[in-house]
Amino acid sequence: MSRLELTRIPGIKTALRSRWPQLVLRVIALAGFALAIVAGISGTPVGSRNFAIVFVWIGWWALLMLVAVPLFGRGWCSICPIPMPGEWLQQGSLLKPQGKGLGLGWRWPNKLRNIWLQNGAFVLVALFSTVILTSPLTSALVLAAFLVVAVAASLVFERRAFCRYLCPVGGFIGLYSQVAPLELRVKDSSVCAAHTEKTCYQGSAEGYGCPWQVFPPGLVKNTYCGTCMECLRTCPHDNLTINLRPFGADLEKPSGRKLDEAFKAFIMLGSAMIYSAVMLGPWGFLKNAAYNIGSLQWLVYAAAFLTFIFLALPGLFYAAVALGQALSSNNAQVVRVRQRRPFSTHRQAFIAFAYSLVPLGLAAWIAFSLSFVLANLSYLWPVISDPLGWGWDLLRTAQAPWTPYLSGVTPILQAGVLLVGLLWAARTALRTPAAPGARPVLPRQQVIQALPVILFCSAVSFGLLGLLVA
Amino acid sequence: MKAESIARWLLILLLPVLLLAALLLRSQGSSQAVELRARMPEQGGWTPTDMIMSAGQPLLLRLTSDDVLHGFAIGQSDEPAVDVFPGKMTELTLLFDQPGKYTYYCTRWCGANHWRMRGTIEVLPNPDQPDPTQVDVPNEESLFMRLGVELDGHPHTDLVPEQGRPDAHRAAALGIAPPESYLVPEYYRTHSPVEVFTALRREPFSASLSDQQVWDFVAWIWQQGTSSEKLAEGQELYTRNCAACHGTSGAGDGVMAAQVAAEYANSGHQSGPTNFTNPQRSLATSPAIQQGKIIRGGMGTGMPYWGPIFTEEQIWSLVDYLWTFQFDY
Repeated sequence: MSRLELTRIPGIKTALRSRWPQLVLRVIALAGFALAIVAGISGTPVGSRNFAIVFVWIGWWALLMLVAVPLFGRGWCSICPIPMPGEWLQQGSLLKPQGKGLGLGWRWPNKLRNIWLQNGAFVLVALFSTVILTSPLTSALVLAAFLVVAVAASLVFERRAFCRYLCPVGGFIGLYSQVAPLELRVKDSSVCAAHTEKTCYQGSAEGYGCPWQVFPPGLVKNTYCGTCMECLRTCPHDNLTINLRPFGADLEKPSGRKLDEAFKAFIMLGSAMIYSAVMLGPWGFLKNAAYNIGSLQWLVYAAAFLTFIFLALPGLFYAAVALGQALSSNNAQVVRVRQRRPFSTHRQAFIAFAYSLVPLGLAAWIAFSLSFVLANLSYLWPVISDPLGWGWDLLRTAQAPWTPYLSGVTPILQAGVLLVGLLWAARTALRTPAAPGARPVLPRQQVIQALPVILFCSAVSFGLLGLLVA
Repeated sequence: MKAESIARWLLILLLPVLLLAALLLRSQGSSQAVELRARMPEQGGWTPTDMIMSAGQPLLLRLTSDDVLHGFAIGQSDEPAVDVFPGKMTELTLLFDQPGKYTYYCTRWCGANHWRMRGTIEVLPNPDQPDPTQVDVPNEESLFMRLGVELDGHPHTDLVPEQGRPDAHRAAALGIAPPESYLVPEYYRTHSPVEVFTALRREPFSASLSDQQVWDFVAWIWQQGTSSEKLAEGQELYTRNCAACHGTSGAGDGVMAAQVAAEYANSGHQSGPTNFTNPQRSLATSPAIQQGKIIRGGMGTGMPYWGPIFTEEQIWSLVDYLWTFQFDY
């Protein structure tokens, strides 16, 4: 597949290798993050007038889900303020390595080298999200908690343990970054093979060994590359680059598909569906249940939420995959090629096909985000002038009225995004490669085994279409 | 090392200085005005609830709501209410000419206990103003107090019109009139309609009239004591302040009625807001009792006290309007 090395364009490599542009963006992001915490704690408790809610859950979220993730993958992670204080303490420096930083430098436990903790952290936040998204104080406390955990992780463990294994946001950014048209890769793997120092992982005077605990020469997908650009700085052979590539290129590859990532896809898709029902649906009892945290109805809601994302949705998908396997196997019998069954187990097939939900889930989140981002974006203007709701009018926009944008075309955009997501999911399912070691699959078998998965994706898409648009 | 120092300074300048500037701006702003925050009564109501100022000196208020839309108005004042928007600052300057204790209250139905959202401003005499005059306490000489009427009884009569609502126009069309003594406000305001009916029945002029026609004259007497302007004012006050519990039809079925009834179910008082369309109750009630109830409140029934909020004239306009639930004018 064709790639365009962006680092060949004059200026781009210099800008990426220099620490200054990134540092300035990080400091601005950190200032915004600190302001969000201060605003949430001491600003107005009215969410629509508080920086903590409007900038984080409308402004930042819009930027993340509608721009950063689809186009830049983990681009946000490269300037995310949450790990910054911990990382600076750990490294003892804001720029190049110099001397010794703080921290114990422990290795992250082997058994936890997966994203299950991230999955759990996301679900935990999701269960309380109705309050987190509307209460500035709660929002600020959650953001502050992220910061504390990130600093603690940096002081106890090596590198960016928080980002890689704990961050509830980083988990889904990583999953959906596979769709993005940008990637950080080595240019020539033979150069890496000959390079004994492996400075991209070990670090050098020019930069740190990969903070994300990734071995850059082994990168085949975006999921765990935080695009921090350290490897661009430490590679003495200028063998790393940022490529412009086709959308979703990572989904074409069979390697590295895992159950924790598969479940991340279900968690995200299920959450988008539940959020759409709770926040945009007409069911008052659902809203009450989701908002009344700690009540019996909330406990029922939480149980239903967990059952849906961990059992119902994966269970139905498993059944669809198993049906596809059975049908393709029976079909193969007719054409007397029964031995050509692609996956040795349904579990393998379940994991492999779950990646079809990556474009579907991203489309669901974009469609869901469009519904409230465009309607509420105009809340940004008063908050810019009066971030804490203290009656300031710094930029003379404090009186700007609430104006929903593009409300006439939002349903069309949502329907279009969902349709693209469905087609992309179907394409991914149809091109889902056989598991490593499996025999090649006949084209007819490929279609038959993907068909129930496509039907599953269609049902989800039409369900979302009903919730979001109808 | 030089670059590292620059980076650290960048961090120091952008973070703590930014936050410090915010706090400084905050303290400067607050020194010039009183910030009055509104929350639903269950969450604390007004903050602060009591303010002290001097007569003749302006008070700059910065009003904001922490939850829903509220309204701000000074009781017994002609100044229009100001809306208090969630998270938005609205500035308002108050200037009291005379010392006294003023009540400010919420003018937007913000919840079942909306009427509890009140606070007071104590205006002290200004030494720079010669011969300050204390504001009259308006309700000290109210009719119900002068008469010492019992407000907490349960008025009831079975003597009610049997052929529909009394109609003042029908009485006027008869071309006769009751003695003028019945038209003196002091008289009919201190008597219930059923008492007036009984008295009229004994008058010679009613000898040839049916009971329904005498009831029509009762309505006519009540009509003579009011005007279309007063009724319009009463209706506006009722709609804004009373209808949420008593209902727009006066039947005691407003949107808050069930909640109020449940809240005061064990209080030993009547269950729910008064039904003004019930003739057994209303026709046994005098306007003076209604005035007293409005001024003093229901004492444990959930009925708010409006004495510090409405003027004497407003209260009588409201009382006049309440009779439109019994009489056709």
